[in-house]
Amino acid sequence: MIALLAQVEIRDRAAEDGCVAGNGFCPGWIADNLDRYLEPFWQHVYLSIVAVVVGFAIAFALALLAHERRWLVGPIIGITGVLYTLPSIAVFFLLQPITGRGALTALIALTAYTLLILFRNIVTGLENVPSETKDAARGIGYTDRQVLWKVELPLAMPEIIAGLRIAATTTVGLATLAFFAGAGGLGGEIFADITFKSNVVFAGGLCLALAILLDVMLLAAQRLLLPWRRAVAT
Amino acid sequence: MTSSNTAQAEGPDAYREATTLELRRVSKTYPGSDRPVISDLSLEVGAGEICVLVGPSGCGKTTAMRMVNRMVDMTSGDILVGGRSVRARPAAKLRREIGYVIQQIGLFPHQTIGENVAAVPRLLGWDRRRTEARVDELIALVGLDAELRDRYPAQLSGGQRQRVGVARALASDPPLMLMDEPFGAIDPINRERLQNEFLRLQGRLRKTVVFVTHDIDEAIKMGDKIAVMKVGGVLAQYASPAELLTAPADEFVEDFVGADRALKRLALLRVRDVDLWRAPLVREGEPTAAARARVAESDLPYPLLVDADGRPLGWLSERDLARERVRAPADSGPEPVVDRDAVLRDALADILQAGTQYAPVVDGAGGAVGVLSIDVVGHFLAQGDTTEESPSARAGVDP
Ligand SMILES: Nc1ncnc2c1ncn2[C@@H]1O[C@H](COP(=O)(O)OP(=O)(O)OP(=O)(O)O)[C@@H](O)[C@H]1O
Ligand SMILES: [Mg+2]
Repeated sequence: MIALLAQVEIRDRAAEDGCVAGNGFCPGWIADNLDRYLEPFWQHVYLSIVAVVVGFAIAFALALLAHERRWLVGPIIGITGVLYTLPSIAVFFLLQPITGRGALTALIALTAYTLLILFRNIVTGLENVPSETKDAARGIGYTDRQVLWKVELPLAMPEIIAGLRIAATTTVGLATLAFFAGAGGLGGEIFADITFKSNVVFAGGLCLALAILLDVMLLAAQRLLLPWRRAVAT
Repeated sequence: MTSSNTAQAEGPDAYREATTLELRRVSKTYPGSDRPVISDLSLEVGAGEICVLVGPSGCGKTTAMRMVNRMVDMTSGDILVGGRSVRARPAAKLRREIGYVIQQIGLFPHQTIGENVAAVPRLLGWDRRRTEARVDELIALVGLDAELRDRYPAQLSGGQRQRVGVARALASDPPLMLMDEPFGAIDPINRERLQNEFLRLQGRLRKTVVFVTHDIDEAIKMGDKIAVMKVGGVLAQYASPAELLTAPADEFVEDFVGADRALKRLALLRVRDVDLWRAPLVREGEPTAAARARVAESDLPYPLLVDADGRPLGWLSERDLARERVRAPADSGPEPVVDRDAVLRDALADILQAGTQYAPVVDGAGGAVGVLSIDVVGHFLAQGDTTEESPSARAGVDP
C-alpha cells in the first residue's frame, strides 16, 4: 500500500521551480498552497475533538457505573483494552461494510480507542480519594450524590485531566489515519504526496501543533480549575 | 433550614440549647461476624455534658459513636437525641444537626479552610452573608488566624487542621457534638493546649458532647462522665471522673484507670478543696511576743512574713523572733507560692520541684490564706473524699 501511495504526487513536481523540483523544504511553496491544508486541518480538529468528547462521555458514564458496582471494573477494562489494541486501520476496514466510508466510521474507531485511557484514569482518580475524606463528608451530612459530585469527582480531577491529555494527543496522531476511512483530515494531505518533504513536514507539523495546543489548553484548565493542586504539591 | 437556625442571632453568646442523648440497650454485630461489637449498651448523657467513651483499642468506641449519627446502623436497641429516635429522620438530615469530628480529621483537600468550615451551612442553604459571618466567627472561636481562611488544608500544621475539624463540626451550631479522638494525632504540648481551649470553649457553648479517647488521662480531664468500655462493647462503668478514681467498679476498671489513680485524683482537685494549715502570719516591726504566740497555736513552727496587704514576703526562723520586734528581711523567700484556685496536682508539683514540704497559699488578691503541705495532701487522699466540678470549670472558665 505504501508503494502505491508513494506513486501519488501532488503535481508534476519536475515542472516546478528549483526548490520543489529538488524536493527541499520550500516555505514559498507552502505559502502558495496554504489553502489546500485549511479544510483538512479543520476536519482533523473536528475528528479529534468529537472523538475525545464522545469518548469521555462514554468513559465517564461507564466509570460512574463501575464506581457503584465494583465488579464491572475488570470486564470494562478488558473490553476497552481489546478496542485499544486493535489496529485502527483494521477497524476502519471492518466497520466499512456497516457504517460506510466517512467521518462516522473514523469517529467510531477513534472514540473506541480513547475509552481505555479515559475510563482507567477516571476510575483510578475516584479510587484514590482518601476514604477519610469521603467518610467525613458523609458524616457531616452530604448525601451519596453530593459526596460524588462535590468531593470525589473534584478530587479525581487531576487524574481525569491527565487522562484527557493522553487521549487528546494520541487521538490527534491517530486521526491522521482517518482518511483511510474516507474521513479526510491532515492524514489525507500527508499521504497525498508522502515523498514531498515540504508537504509531509508542513502537514505533520500541523498535527503536532494541534496536539500541543490541546495539551496546553488542558494543562491551563487544570491550573485554573484546580488551584488546590499546587497547595498539595508544595 | 429549620426555623431555629434562622432565628439564631450572630455572636458566640447566642448558641442553641444543648440536647440530651440516650442510648437504649444498643447492640451492634457487623455483617459476617457472629460476635457483637457493642453489647446491650445503655447510656444517658445530660444536656451540656461531656461524656467520654474510653477503653482499649477495638472495644467499640468508634462504633458506639457512629451509631449516634447513623454512620453505622445499630442491630438492635434505639438511640434518642433530644428524646427523638435517630431513626425518625433521614440520615443526611440528622447528620447536619450533629457535629462530627472524625478520627482522621478528614478535611476536604480541594477546598480552602473557609470553604471547609462553610460545608454544613452550605448544605443547609444558608445565604452567603450569614455563612461568611459564621465562618469568620468560627475561625476566631477555635483560635485560628484569620489569614488561614484562604489556605488549603495541606498548608496547615496538624494542630491547625484539628482546629479546623472542630470548627467545621461546630458550624451549624449543633446541639450535639461527636468527637472521635479529636486531639489524637498531636504532640503532647499542643494536645494539652487544644484540650484546655476546647474546655474553655465548652464553658461558653455548653454543647452535649460525646468524646472518644483511649487515653484515661484525657478522659479524666475532659469528662463530666466517663464510660469505660471493655472489648465486645460491654460497659464496665459509667461514672464521674472522681467516682471512677475512688470507686472503680471492678478489676478491669481498676487496671484501666491505673495504679496511680490516687495521684490522678489530684488533677481533679483544687488547692482550696483541702484543709489548709493556718500559717502564723507576722508583719515587720510587730512585737515578737505576739508573733511567738501565733506560732505556738498554728500548725507550723515557722512564721510567714507578710507585707501590709498580707502578701507573703518569706519565711522567718526562730532567730528572727529573738529580739523585741520582728525584723526583716526574711531568711528565705516565700517560693513556691500557690494560688488557692490552682489544680492540686500542679501545686504539689511546684512544692516537690522546689524541694520543700509546704507552700503559702494565696487568694486572688495575692493575700496569704494558709499553707499547703504535702502531709495535708497525703492525709486528704487517704480519706477518699470526692469533690465534683465540671471539666470546663477546672479549665478555668466560670460557667
Ligand atoms: N466496618 C466494620 N466491619 C466489621 N468489623 C468492624 C468494622 N468496623 C469496626 N469493626 C470491628 O469492630 C471492633 C470495634 O471497632 P471500633 O473501631 O469501634 O473500635 P475502637 O474502640 O474505636 O478502637 P480504636 O481505639 O482503635 O479506634 C473492632 O474489633 C473492629 O475490628
Ligand atoms: Mg476508634
